Amino acid sequence: MSLLSSTSQQAKHQQLGLGDEKLVAMYSHMLTARMFDERLMLMQRAGKINFHVSGIGQEVAQVAAAYALDRDNDYFLPYYRDYGFVLSVGMTLRELFLSAFAKAEDPNSGGRQMPGHFGSKRLRIVTGSSPVTTQVPHAVGFALAAKMKKKNFVSFATFGEGSSNQGDFHEGSNFAAVHKLPVILMCENNQYAISVPVHKQVAGKISDRALGYGMHGERVDGNDALEVYRVVKEARDRAINGEGPTLIEAMMYRLSPHSTSDNDLAYRTKEEVDHHRALDGLPRFRMYIEELGLWNEELERELREEIKKQLDEASNYADKAPFPTPESVLDHVYADTRKEEKH
Amino acid sequence: MPTMSYIDAIRTAMMEEMDRDENVFVLGEDVGVKGGVFTTTKGLYEQFGEERALDTPLSESAIVGAAIGAAMYGMRPIAEMQYSDFMFPATNQIISEAAKIRYRSNNDWNCPVVIRAPIGGGVFGGLYHSQCPESVFFGTPGLKIVAPYRPYDAKGLLKAAIRDEDPVLYFENKKSYRLVSGEVPDEDYIVEIGKANVLREGDDITVIGYSLPLRFIEQAAEELAEEGISTHILDLRTIQPLDKEAILEAVRRTGKVLIVHEDNKTGGVGAEVAAIIAEELLFELDAPIMRLCGPDVPAMPINPPGEKFFLLNTEKVKAAMKQLAEF
Repeated sequence: MSLLSSTSQQAKHQQLGLGDEKLVAMYSHMLTARMFDERLMLMQRAGKINFHVSGIGQEVAQVAAAYALDRDNDYFLPYYRDYGFVLSVGMTLRELFLSAFAKAEDPNSGGRQMPGHFGSKRLRIVTGSSPVTTQVPHAVGFALAAKMKKKNFVSFATFGEGSSNQGDFHEGSNFAAVHKLPVILMCENNQYAISVPVHKQVAGKISDRALGYGMHGERVDGNDALEVYRVVKEARDRAINGEGPTLIEAMMYRLSPHSTSDNDLAYRTKEEVDHHRALDGLPRFRMYIEELGLWNEELERELREEIKKQLDEASNYADKAPFPTPESVLDHVYADTRKEEKH
Repeated sequence: MPTMSYIDAIRTAMMEEMDRDENVFVLGEDVGVKGGVFTTTKGLYEQFGEERALDTPLSESAIVGAAIGAAMYGMRPIAEMQYSDFMFPATNQIISEAAKIRYRSNNDWNCPVVIRAPIGGGVFGGLYHSQCPESVFFGTPGLKIVAPYRPYDAKGLLKAAIRDEDPVLYFENKKSYRLVSGEVPDEDYIVEIGKANVLREGDDITVIGYSLPLRFIEQAAEELAEEGISTHILDLRTIQPLDKEAILEAVRRTGKVLIVHEDNKTGGVGAEVAAIIAEELLFELDAPIMRLCGPDVPAMPINPPGEKFFLLNTEKVKAAMKQLAEF
């Protein structure tokens, strides 16, 4: 986990096919996700919204993974901390705020689900739920459809290391490997499942489980954007070439409490959090693009101003937007629900 | 009209739908090369290839979960649960996922999956090859649940389920596979989900049921007719959503009602049917609502006297019907 040296890494990002503009765009998405997350934490504390579940500390891997995928064709099954990911595949801040305020216009669920439960058919973000890891078999189903219909897309699912103990993770992984399906499973190992640390969740490495399923498995430093990009891109190439699924374990740290309802200092120390804050991939990536001459203090200030403006606009819009009507609770149980009663 | 067994009707429905629409496929344990442990999918592998008669790992939650994913993409999967007793590992996928996908996405996504599962005892299957799990899923909005009795309905409801835009649980009775046969037309048809069917018209008592017990009810009605008791029989066919109008109409006809199913009594479908009748028709009844169901024990045993004690048959049904008629 040495700091990136510009000479070797310059060659690296070019080898990976990442142009300068892409690097800056990635950084912009990482910072947007971070500032959005911080804003929502503040808004919850101020009583403007009821609840927020944070992804601070995980944005670098999320954004890098998204950029390594085909953002026009692949199907995405993110989990509830993936703000950086969904922003990178096209969800707007306005849409995220509409979800946070549970407003009718929220494209994720029409104000029905908790924030972080993403879904948008337009963006091929598959609707998710709260029982964890149910999305892994769904990703396998999308990949099965890709294989049957001979389409060049992959499905990409994320989940936490605690979730990797659920039956659906194991059943889905095995199914995908047996049928050599184009699925990428990325565990965002942030060291905690609410309060339970990783050593009480798993005795081994999550990436090693891939061996048992007969698929490629790889552990990667989730704070290293280029490494995550490389690993996901290679996984995608294998998937498209008919070589089956990949299990990626991206190592990171959940810098925030589990959610706004959680006091994390009841089970971990401030020193531990501070230690990991120093390893945060976001300033590290900034330093990298600065060393390339693509970024500086002035550009940083401008970007932060711009994001702040966007956050204000999106937040104001969502705050003023109407809630769903009470009776809309009855809508969309089935395809034909309430059609007759409406006319 | 040609006569067909119940299992042939199910198989024919799948074959015709797979032929009609290349997005339709079957996945499950032993559904490919072997053609299913009951031969329900026999011939599909040969006709449509291994991808569309897909042998899966032994893993019910992944079978249903992968089917859900494929359905959200736009496929029309039929997920087979080898026995409904083995369906419970997939319950989270069915109740938390399939049932809620349209609702939780505010109509953005939908999940047109069919989950077929054999129910019922009488095959010396013991506790875990005999259960009727309808009541576990009944009362979960977002799911449609059908349980056909006649081969005609088995075929027509399966075709309707495959074409439906929402998840459908299709409970087929394994004892009926070869025991029950009936007329099934050659031409393409569907039986609309949500519509009950009058199997027999009568004036003295009404019996409401679904699946195999209707066979005992029909036989008992035949025998009771000779004793001068006239029976009106309603086959629910779909147990969710219930055909409320048909239930009320059937009860109004005689003022006396017996509700029958093999699933155990407490919290069963019959409890809801009884509640609907009590809410709407209490003062038109000439007798208390009666139910005849499986006993409230975990499941039926494998030993023959025990299995016989648990199961319904013509004698038990006839005795209950007679008791109601004489009230």
